[in-house]
Amino acid sequence: MFGRLSWSAIPFDQPIVMGTCATVGVVLLVIFALVTIKGWWPYLWREWITSVDHKRIGAMYMILGLVMLVRGFSDALMMRSQQALAAGHAAGYLPPEHYDQVFSAHGTIMIFFVAMPFVIGLMNFALPLQLGVRDVAFPVLNSVSFWLTAAGVLLVNLSLFVGEFARTGWLAYPPLSELAYSPGVGVDYYLWSLQLSGLGTLLSGINLTTTILKLRAPGMGYKRMPVFCWTALASNLLIVAAFPVLTATFAMLLLDRYCGFHFFTNDLGGNPMMYVNLIWIWGHPEVYILILPAFGVFSEVVATFSGKPLFGYRSMVLATMAICVLSFMVWLHHFFTMGAGADVNAFFGIMTMIIAVPTGVKVFNWLFTLYGGRVRFTVPIYWTLGFIVTFVIGGMTGVLMAIPPADFVLHNSLFLIAHFHNVAIGGVVFGVMAGMTYWFPKAFGFKLNERLGKAVFWCWFIGFYLAFMPLYALGLMGATRRMQHYPNTHWQPLMLVALAGAVVILLGIALTVVQIVVSIRQRHANRDRTGDPWNARTLEWSIPSPPPAWNFTRLPYVERADAYWHMKEEGVSGRAAPASLVDLHIPRNTPVGVFLAFFAVIAGFALIWRIDWLAVVGLVGAVVVVLREYWKTERERTVPAEEVAAFERAHGALPEVGHDDREVRVTSGVQS
Amino acid sequence: MMLASCREGVLDPQGPVGQAERVILGDATAIMLAVVIPVIVLALVFAWWFRAGNRRATYRPEWDYSGRIELIIWAIPALVILFLGGIAWISSHELDPPKPLESAKSALEVEVVSLDWRWLFVYPHEHIATVNYLVVPTGVPVHFRLTSTSVMNSFFIPQLGSQIYTMPGMTTQLNLQADKPGIYEGLSAQFSGPGFSDMRFTLRAESGEGFAAWLAQVRAESGVLNEPVLAQLVRPTRAAGELTYGSVPQDPFEMVAGGHVATLWSPKEAL
Repeated sequence: MFGRLSWSAIPFDQPIVMGTCATVGVVLLVIFALVTIKGWWPYLWREWITSVDHKRIGAMYMILGLVMLVRGFSDALMMRSQQALAAGHAAGYLPPEHYDQVFSAHGTIMIFFVAMPFVIGLMNFALPLQLGVRDVAFPVLNSVSFWLTAAGVLLVNLSLFVGEFARTGWLAYPPLSELAYSPGVGVDYYLWSLQLSGLGTLLSGINLTTTILKLRAPGMGYKRMPVFCWTALASNLLIVAAFPVLTATFAMLLLDRYCGFHFFTNDLGGNPMMYVNLIWIWGHPEVYILILPAFGVFSEVVATFSGKPLFGYRSMVLATMAICVLSFMVWLHHFFTMGAGADVNAFFGIMTMIIAVPTGVKVFNWLFTLYGGRVRFTVPIYWTLGFIVTFVIGGMTGVLMAIPPADFVLHNSLFLIAHFHNVAIGGVVFGVMAGMTYWFPKAFGFKLNERLGKAVFWCWFIGFYLAFMPLYALGLMGATRRMQHYPNTHWQPLMLVALAGAVVILLGIALTVVQIVVSIRQRHANRDRTGDPWNARTLEWSIPSPPPAWNFTRLPYVERADAYWHMKEEGVSGRAAPASLVDLHIPRNTPVGVFLAFFAVIAGFALIWRIDWLAVVGLVGAVVVVLREYWKTERERTVPAEEVAAFERAHGALPEVGHDDREVRVTSGVQS
Repeated sequence: MMLASCREGVLDPQGPVGQAERVILGDATAIMLAVVIPVIVLALVFAWWFRAGNRRATYRPEWDYSGRIELIIWAIPALVILFLGGIAWISSHELDPPKPLESAKSALEVEVVSLDWRWLFVYPHEHIATVNYLVVPTGVPVHFRLTSTSVMNSFFIPQLGSQIYTMPGMTTQLNLQADKPGIYEGLSAQFSGPGFSDMRFTLRAESGEGFAAWLAQVRAESGVLNEPVLAQLVRPTRAAGELTYGSVPQDPFEMVAGGHVATLWSPKEAL
């Protein structure tokens, strides 16, 4: 009846897990009670859960990323404290069975459920606004993508309380992840949650690629697109190309585990090396999927706060697209130590280094954007400068490990751990924090508290160096990754410094929460009434903050890059005169995403626990939900001209008369 | 911190492979620091000098292109990478793990089998075997052939240099050499399950006479590694100590690499 599920699946004997379980339960209960008592459910349902507005979905991705950052960071603290304790004969407080789950969950969650939601959230929010359009290409699909990601999140967190998570590391190399060596449900939780969220990511990639290629404001040729749109295009092209590989690879491992296939098994012709190749053919583009949008954010931020256009726009675009292509030719550098031979190793080593050329060009372009500027030291600029300083160090250690013989002694060491946190924190996290601070006033109509923002920056910046510089040293001393304990007691002081660094970062995360709460309380003082709080350059700042559901009442006409900057220079407003307005049609909200995710979670959970009938219920439910959406006839909602006009009047639109010929062109260029 | 890391691990190499790799680490880092340090300094200097409050700095709100600068900023990283790429190509071939080390002496053959969770070392010509430790003569190249009974591991002795994966049903090769007598720590650098952290071993480098004496002692005093003993060894064990076998009648390495070990024990027995 319940497959492999029984009461023994709940780890009653593990106080840490049960304590976490109780805490999460209480927090959820309080939130649900609060929402119920305050009567917020209809509002949440109407305005957020069923929303197909890219801005709302973007914000939900960011919230999801923040919540999962707390989860992933708890794992990090457990790992750092375990390694700070378990020197010499000490066993620490986490037995291998638990510790192995913790580091596997940490990597999986940080990449798939923190970094990915963050960058997709930023792209979702900012892309259509920067492109000057009303929404993404497929708004309903966008909601489906988000909720599939959320379904993956739910499954991954369920593994904490019901059953176990994978004990294989975040990429689940076979044969360790095969049924023979991982008979439990841990790897199944890993596979099904990533299959669901991976599907969501792929759909999102298709959606955003289409948006950039097919929906741009009239006049916005490729050479006039903001650089963030270019980096997002590169990132989403990579998603479209790489995520199917991930899905197929996991599908093969699932067939091995569920149906007795032998793709990657030790026996009957299976080949684990094939999995290692396939997973990194996805995995290396994945790191560029994450970092390219961060590069885009820094490009916007550095231009805006220097008060000048980005230096070397064409170089920047060329470098971005070069990275996009090259990122598919380097995967083997993740396993130089698998014995591929000198020619192959050297080829992939050199290809890897070549990526450093366009990346280096980008760094120089940011430097020369600062040069000759009037740099305002706002929070996003702090993150950007912190990024440049930190990222070049991470880039250097990366190129170092691209030399195969250097990798032979550094592979899988704590040096490697330090390297990829150096680029993941110094690049992706700093970029996300910069982007979040930069676009927050656009999304919510008020700025985040500046002083707390700087405090958050210093915590992350100092915490990063404290936490990871010791790991570089330990790696050179011969410390490898994923050690539950180690015999060398003189490593312990460095491990303690690393733990202290993690605590400083924790303070930064806590201050982020404080910053958001304080900023909400001070929202009236920090209100953005102009729509352009930073004196910025791109189209998203030409409309009120927060923008209406339809973004642009009148689609702007773009004559050059940095469109809004030139509108401001010429004294032209992109805004429309209320008298000339007509009815607008915007997509109607739909619960298809959340319902689909509901049945997907049921199906995933049932497949993990081998509850056949429940899996059928989940799959049939999912199909019915999709078909029901397919046969809907009312897909759009009409916003009457009076409502649009009222919004424009309330937000200081143009006078009723006197629009010039540019606006006439705008009218004729409105996209359907 | 950096000083402490120089006294052990890969920055304190005790053989030709490790020494060559340390030179590469040092050279490549120095080459890159020549660019990285100026970039860090320039980023901070530019941002500070061109701060909004500094009226002495010239504001050039339209300046966004200079062909000359573009040429230089593409050229600098390209030249660095051209240089490092040369190092990568040459050193990949020089230090390719299966490539024999240059030496007047013929290499000692050692076969390595990673078990769950310990290391079996077979000396095929000497017909002896050890578990979780191995002894080699100093100044003599050691040619390793490696495989695994179950999951992947990585065979790594930081002070001697290169590591290489051990994989079931496959054989990899590695050549190392210890120049000075000493005890060098070895470990698995590829996560392999709950006993992974205990997959440590020691390599004892002895002078030629010391090695010969050790061989004689092992042959005289220790037991036999036959099929039943191998069947015991492949079963999962954590934090197991050292073992020595003075006689190895069969070829355990081929039994493992050829997949015959599956007939001795199946992981499903442990479920």
